[in-house]
Amino acid sequence: MERKTGVPPTWPLPPDAPPKHEIRVVVAMSGGVDSSVAAALLKKEGYDVIGITMQLWPDDLPLGHRSETGCCSLTAVEDARRVANRLGIPYYVVNFQEPFQEAVIDRFVDDYLRGLTPNPCLLCNQAVKFGTLLEKALELDADYVATGHYARVGYDPERGRYVVRKSADPRKDQTYTFYGQTQEQLKHTLTPCGEYTKDEIRAIARELGLGVAAKPDSQEICFIPDNDYRRFLREYRPEALRPGPIYDVDGNYLGEHQGIAFYTVGQRKGLGIAAGERLYVVRIDPERNAIIVGRADQVREWGLAVRDVNWVSIPGIDGPTPVQAQIRYNAQPAPAVIEPVPGGGVITRFKEPQWAISPGQAVVWYDGDYLLGGGIIAGPLRPADGTADGHTNRVPDTELTTAGRS
Amino acid sequence: MGTIYMDHAATTPLDARVLEAMRPWLEEWYGNPSSPYAAARRARAAIDEARERVAGLIGARPSEIYFTSGGTEGDNLAVKGIAWAREANGRHLVVSAIEHQAVLEAARFLERRGWELTLLPVDGNGLVDPDAVGRALRPDTALVAVMHANNEVGTVQPIADIAAVTRSRGVPLVVDAVQTAGLMPIDVDALGCDVLVISAHKFYGPKGTGAVYVRRGTPIEPLLHGGGQERGLRAGTESVAGIVGLARALELACAEMDQVVPGLIRLRDQLAAGILERVPDARLNGHPTQRLPNNVHVSFAGVDGESLLLNLDLAGLAASSGSACTSGSLSPSHVLLAMGMSRELARGSLRLTLGKANTEAEVRQAVELIAATVERLRKKARSTARML
Repeated sequence: MERKTGVPPTWPLPPDAPPKHEIRVVVAMSGGVDSSVAAALLKKEGYDVIGITMQLWPDDLPLGHRSETGCCSLTAVEDARRVANRLGIPYYVVNFQEPFQEAVIDRFVDDYLRGLTPNPCLLCNQAVKFGTLLEKALELDADYVATGHYARVGYDPERGRYVVRKSADPRKDQTYTFYGQTQEQLKHTLTPCGEYTKDEIRAIARELGLGVAAKPDSQEICFIPDNDYRRFLREYRPEALRPGPIYDVDGNYLGEHQGIAFYTVGQRKGLGIAAGERLYVVRIDPERNAIIVGRADQVREWGLAVRDVNWVSIPGIDGPTPVQAQIRYNAQPAPAVIEPVPGGGVITRFKEPQWAISPGQAVVWYDGDYLLGGGIIAGPLRPADGTADGHTNRVPDTELTTAGRS
Repeated sequence: MGTIYMDHAATTPLDARVLEAMRPWLEEWYGNPSSPYAAARRARAAIDEARERVAGLIGARPSEIYFTSGGTEGDNLAVKGIAWAREANGRHLVVSAIEHQAVLEAARFLERRGWELTLLPVDGNGLVDPDAVGRALRPDTALVAVMHANNEVGTVQPIADIAAVTRSRGVPLVVDAVQTAGLMPIDVDALGCDVLVISAHKFYGPKGTGAVYVRRGTPIEPLLHGGGQERGLRAGTESVAGIVGLARALELACAEMDQVVPGLIRLRDQLAAGILERVPDARLNGHPTQRLPNNVHVSFAGVDGESLLLNLDLAGLAASSGSACTSGSLSPSHVLLAMGMSRELARGSLRLTLGKANTEAEVRQAVELIAATVERLRKKARSTARML
């Protein structure tokens, strides 16, 4: 961390770039400490900074307004406005309720109903922060959208691409949520916090006298209070409560579940089955509205198939490539080899089997600090043939149907 | 370019003469009007005098004027106060679909507590049909609320015709005149309304003070209980300076209406014509003739009104679009939707409301700025659609 300029050091302003005060940056201000400091750093650098808070939650969101302090609550708007006033920058609240509803909440709910485990923050980053907000920023004649993410975004002249590198604070790194960014989006992205640790960001906030310096980190999904997504689903989509059968991996009927949306791969609690051994959700079968459970070792997988692949720091791969692969937001990256398959997909094979690979989550690949790219997990890989979701054929249809009726 | 202010429907600057009239009641004669000593009696007298002046300016009796904290309180007092007072008669409300949120939300509050709410539709120009009012009335109807002029599109309603209907059926008519007071002559008997709501800061008076006219004999309950001020209808120590300021501001606005309003109409028409001439695919909203003298409301196809507004602000033009919520963000206007406009076109709307200090030069600058910004946004929208 040799340079503390506030702007990623990999960011080369072209020689003919206008002076900084002519470069307009829209900062997505959540009212939290990170985006507040991002705005402050850019302002200090001399950019023409505008603060914007996105109004995201629909008015009729169940339980939504119980969260008084979360992102896009009225408190968040007040905090962000106070910071903007203190920095002396124009500040606006924009209404993105419709795009957020469609691109994030509805897709989040639909994915659960389809037996997937979505990550709404990824949807929000791609469709809202670097989608609708970027459009809005460009309409305001801005050159960049800046966020408080812990990531380092910049242009690498040697690669001839925009690249994303892990942040200076490994504990806070958020590059996982950047895997879907296109080059065009990255071209308009600034993440000044990426050069700092969280402690340093808090120290800067205190130095600047920003009232938000001591605000706790937000951990939960912003529109779901207490991180209780099951309760949210029950209120938002009562039809999610569609009971169905629970089978073991051999197709034996073990009991009933409340609705596949309420289960995630690797889950042990809440199955309501008395069994001699500990059972976990191994797989969710939306076509049969079934939950498949098994032993712990059956929840570990050697590989996975990936759809909707996006490349970030490299243009793509030609053959087997060693990487570190991260299969969910809070997972540690694990050694793996990725390999292109016909049709545009990529498979990931791990050195060690991975726990609870969940279709719908993103797998993200790194080479050292560099975020190479990633995609959505289509399903686990059967070691033998390398095709996706080897489980499907293990249980004959007839057995399932019979068992389901018994 | 300096700042051009064209959002007088939101608020107006305080007239220096109004501030002068208010000053003694803040600095020198600070007594509580309910107290028994001399300073307090001065304050009491000032309120009484203000009440007489306001009554005289709108054709009412002083005993029919009640001072409030502003338009929102007045609307709430009118809707909830009459509804509660007439509850024994029935629990049905008739409210126009384009009312200010203060009326609509007060009515919806009652609806959540078991009242029935009939929303009166409007035509494409934003007009309420007096015959439709007649059809909406029922024996259990507690009140009808139709605003004098709409705050967004500026359409002026045929209040006298509507009042003829409500009067013949014995139902109180509530008129929110927040947008018209000071811009149009108001005579409560000519209008025929039973309640009329005004707010001082819309006619160069202070924020935080309003007045409600309640026709003698109209049943109404207070929202605020306490010390019995305002003849029991509005408890709380009176804002003496605010009340004096309201009366002085309304007096000045009425006295100068004949000089100010023709100028506003001329600027309004130049502004509207300029925008329509310079911007393709622009559409003027509201009634072509029955409209506020200072209101221009336009929609631009293919433009995001929020982006337009923020760009205009960054360039120094203060305007408005749609309706602002507590956080300041915008949602598609219920008024435009009620007038049958698509959500998409409604999103591309801009309201410009002129005031007595605006000039022809400002109108020309505003037209140029709006034309340039709309053109740029349309180009940008096309190129971003390709990019993202």
